[in-house]
Amino acid sequence: MLLGGIAAGMILFIVSVGLSVTMGLMGFVNLAHGGFAMLGGYAIVLAMKHWGLGFVTALAFGFLATAAASVVLERLLYARLYRATELDQVLFTIGLVFIMIASLTLRFGPENQPLTLPRALQGQIDLGFVQYRTYSLVLIVTGIAIVVALWLGFERTRLGAQIRAAVDNRRMAESLGINIARLFTITFALGSGMAALGGGLGAEFLGLDPQYALKYLVYFLIVVAVGGLGRVTGVFFAALLIGVLDFVLKKYLPQGGPMFIYAVTIVLLLWRPQGLFGGKAA
Amino acid sequence: MIKRIVALFAVLASLATWAEAQEVKVGVNLPYTGIGAEFAQLVDRGMELYLKLNADKVKPYTIKLIKRDVKNPGGADAKIAVQELLTQENVDILAGWIYSPNAIASAPIVTAGKKLAVIMNAGTAHITNMSPYYVRTSFSMWHAGYAMGEATSKILKAKTAVVGYTDFPPGKDSLAAFKRSFEAAGGKVIDEIPMGGAGAVPDFTPFFQRAKDKKPEVFFVFVPAGDHAAAVVKTYAALGMKEAGIKLIGPGDITQDTKLQAMGPAAVGLVTMHHYHADLDNPENKRFVAAWKEAYGAAAVPDFMAVGGYDGMALIVHVVQALKGKVDAEKALEAVKGWKFASPRGPISIDPVTRDIVMNEYLSEAVMKDGRVFQKVIGKIDAVKDACKEQKIGPCAPK
Amino acid sequence: MSEYRGGAQARTALARRHRVRAWEPLPWIVALGFFFAFPKHLGFGTEVLVTILFALSLDLVLGYAGIVTLGHAAFFGVGAYTVGMLAKHGLWNEPLTSLALAGIVGAAVGLGSGLVLLRTRGLTLLMLTLCTMALLEEAGNLAHTWTGGFDGLDSLPIAPLLGRFEFSPLYPTTQYLYVLVVLFLCFVFVRTLVYSPFGQSLTGIRENILRMPAVGAPVPRRLAVCYTLSAGIAGIAGGIWAQANAYVNLGTLGLDRAATVLIMLALGGRGRLYGAFVGAIAYMVLSHFLSKIYPTAWQLGLGLLLVVIALFAHNGILGLGETVWRRLRVSRPLNMGAPQHRTPNPPL
Repeated sequence: MLLGGIAAGMILFIVSVGLSVTMGLMGFVNLAHGGFAMLGGYAIVLAMKHWGLGFVTALAFGFLATAAASVVLERLLYARLYRATELDQVLFTIGLVFIMIASLTLRFGPENQPLTLPRALQGQIDLGFVQYRTYSLVLIVTGIAIVVALWLGFERTRLGAQIRAAVDNRRMAESLGINIARLFTITFALGSGMAALGGGLGAEFLGLDPQYALKYLVYFLIVVAVGGLGRVTGVFFAALLIGVLDFVLKKYLPQGGPMFIYAVTIVLLLWRPQGLFGGKAA
Repeated sequence: MIKRIVALFAVLASLATWAEAQEVKVGVNLPYTGIGAEFAQLVDRGMELYLKLNADKVKPYTIKLIKRDVKNPGGADAKIAVQELLTQENVDILAGWIYSPNAIASAPIVTAGKKLAVIMNAGTAHITNMSPYYVRTSFSMWHAGYAMGEATSKILKAKTAVVGYTDFPPGKDSLAAFKRSFEAAGGKVIDEIPMGGAGAVPDFTPFFQRAKDKKPEVFFVFVPAGDHAAAVVKTYAALGMKEAGIKLIGPGDITQDTKLQAMGPAAVGLVTMHHYHADLDNPENKRFVAAWKEAYGAAAVPDFMAVGGYDGMALIVHVVQALKGKVDAEKALEAVKGWKFASPRGPISIDPVTRDIVMNEYLSEAVMKDGRVFQKVIGKIDAVKDACKEQKIGPCAPK
Repeated sequence: MSEYRGGAQARTALARRHRVRAWEPLPWIVALGFFFAFPKHLGFGTEVLVTILFALSLDLVLGYAGIVTLGHAAFFGVGAYTVGMLAKHGLWNEPLTSLALAGIVGAAVGLGSGLVLLRTRGLTLLMLTLCTMALLEEAGNLAHTWTGGFDGLDSLPIAPLLGRFEFSPLYPTTQYLYVLVVLFLCFVFVRTLVYSPFGQSLTGIRENILRMPAVGAPVPRRLAVCYTLSAGIAGIAGGIWAQANAYVNLGTLGLDRAATVLIMLALGGRGRLYGAFVGAIAYMVLSHFLSKIYPTAWQLGLGLLLVVIALFAHNGILGLGETVWRRLRVSRPLNMGAPQHRTPNPPL
């Protein structure tokens, strides 16, 4: 019964992949990434509740709204800190998270925002050989679609090539005439948009309240570290590995509690300090 | 000139002391931010609503709530909050405590501060033993857990159960209480599954899959109220456990009123044991729920946490009236012991021996009614005391 | 950071830096004055002092050796549990010796984990330290028979200090002075350490880890020693926290504590000794009083402060102060051993 673990891994992947790319490319420690996932999740849930948007339309709306908001923040604020130290970036992004949490609490209250899935996605589905939770299957399919799309985007388009070039050697890329500032903005918007998708898709499992921004940050960071910075496929397999291992160990050894995810991470990181698929020194 | 100023100050000071005699300061400690912010809001609204609805019962005194954010269950911030409420604000009564660890950490200060302290949520059974000034208007985990174990065997006629619980003290309390009474009544707990800590990701799929594979008649689940509760019901439905003939039961935390409607039809068939839900049929509750909706919006609904705050404030007002506004802790404890109140959860009182609440427990089943999930009462046990202290189990035995 | 100079020259340069400046007694006078001026705020004051001590220990590894860690609360918690478990299980409750033990246990855990983890850097190290701490926290929950689990160990029977001064839960005067003295001693130790040749080699490692082996510095050993000492001080901070509160629980091992102290240090300014003081005080005082005024949304104000400091100051409040100071007195640049502002920023 690995499907459950794979589904959990997919949520981790969808939220974390944007973080991996922005951190790898921009070298920016963006602890507000979970905050963007939260903002996106709120946008999606509230759009469904108040405007009656369908789930898929709402997801698209959440993606676009969060990406747009992140462009504004990136141009106005983030861009000023690209050359600052990691600690200043940590300070800034944590401050931003506090502001997000407090604003959402003031506006919508501290309570959980329930997401109601379309009826078609609820309940169980018969796969012929086994009964399984429909939504888990949806997540798996979506996750695979996203990783394929991202992989194609990175490997086959000009923009993807530019991003890869900038991740590997920023100065060289700059001297080749690549507009790094524009690249940063696009990547950042894409990363935040992906986070928003993850926030909406994962709300069924992770819930959605103002604490979301900090509650799951550790898991996202773990996936990025294990997957390797700036590696789409690395993050994908890391998320799957952690999702499945965590699931299996929890099911058969529940007494160990949540220790596994940390123990697994420690072992993996000691084995491959640059992440499972990270090539260059990070 | 100087004399005049001095005289003026003297007048002002005497006015201030006069005002103080009329005013009772209640120091409220709640986690207004962080993971417990939603719970804090419920308790806070419960208290405020009582004061609003019963303004005439408070007169001629005024009750001033001094609110402090305790931020997290870490103990330290709560301790400082309580300490400062006592030493800086000179409060007459303390109230609040969502998290048990905070109540445990605060106990020595409460004892040293010698003020009546009303616990409005924290449910670890033995807390009330830790300070002679602690009085609890919420519940102990044993109230529902112990009653449920008996009811599972006698009313639901189940013989086997699997218990899934969040791996922290209220969860362990709940497991111990259920197991003790269920097995005493002839049932058997065939598996105990710790489902991660209170801060873990609320993804219960692996644990529920394990429970499903064990094929029990009932699956007793304790998780803290909030998004964990919503996830329990969703996972139960999504894994098809109902179709597999496994009944989901638990304390009312898993059908918390504020989360129930969002669970939708998935919640139907859930059987819970608790001291309160918003569908209870009594006049006080009807009035309470209606007032709640009027104050906080038609979609808002009170739950057991709200009622903990509401009844706690009722107790405080009773004490203030009984002592004519001069709240001395020892006299307050005497006043508490004789208190009886028609609460939205039915008749309640404070056990004079343990200072813990005595109340009815309701066995309810979730059904669909008029297009919404409705909790139908299918059984009731009157005047339930905390079984842990009754039977002096483990840390509940007096030191 | 600095090119090689003659031995004698280096010694005088170090000595000049090491000299006590006229303003340095000021914080201690203020801390003592606080004791008499605000007897009702001593509980909060004690918490601030303990946090400063903890932040100071972090400054040693982060500010001076450049080790970015998110797991420093591991040592704080280990120290706290050392004191807590010894006292609760009736083994030992004399404050000074158990505090020393807390430091030793903290240092031992620091040495053990440091030897394994310090081979990595950047994000990997960050996550490894975090996961180690989380693992300890979960282990603490599992071993609840000894640690009290989630509820923690309450009402610790701590013996009176020096056999005379009781720890009162309501009016923590003993606690405040006790913590102040311990903080002072630890501060003097750290200050001496960072201005010693050992401390200079740490700064060198932070600025250029590749060049240091070339000048003959044993980098891994230096880092391990620094990490161990810092863990020891964090252990003392945890131990004294447990004594002052007569209480210990899993929160001492939590990410909350580790992340908050990191933010405080970044806010104050790392690698400057006093950054720990400024950051801890600014963060705690602001959140303490904001949360009193507005319990539900005080994080907004705190968030704004962090964002503004990050945007307009380089390296925290002290960094901002220094920039202003420099502009005012261009002729006399102040060098407090602060890290140079690096460009461009290497990825974690």
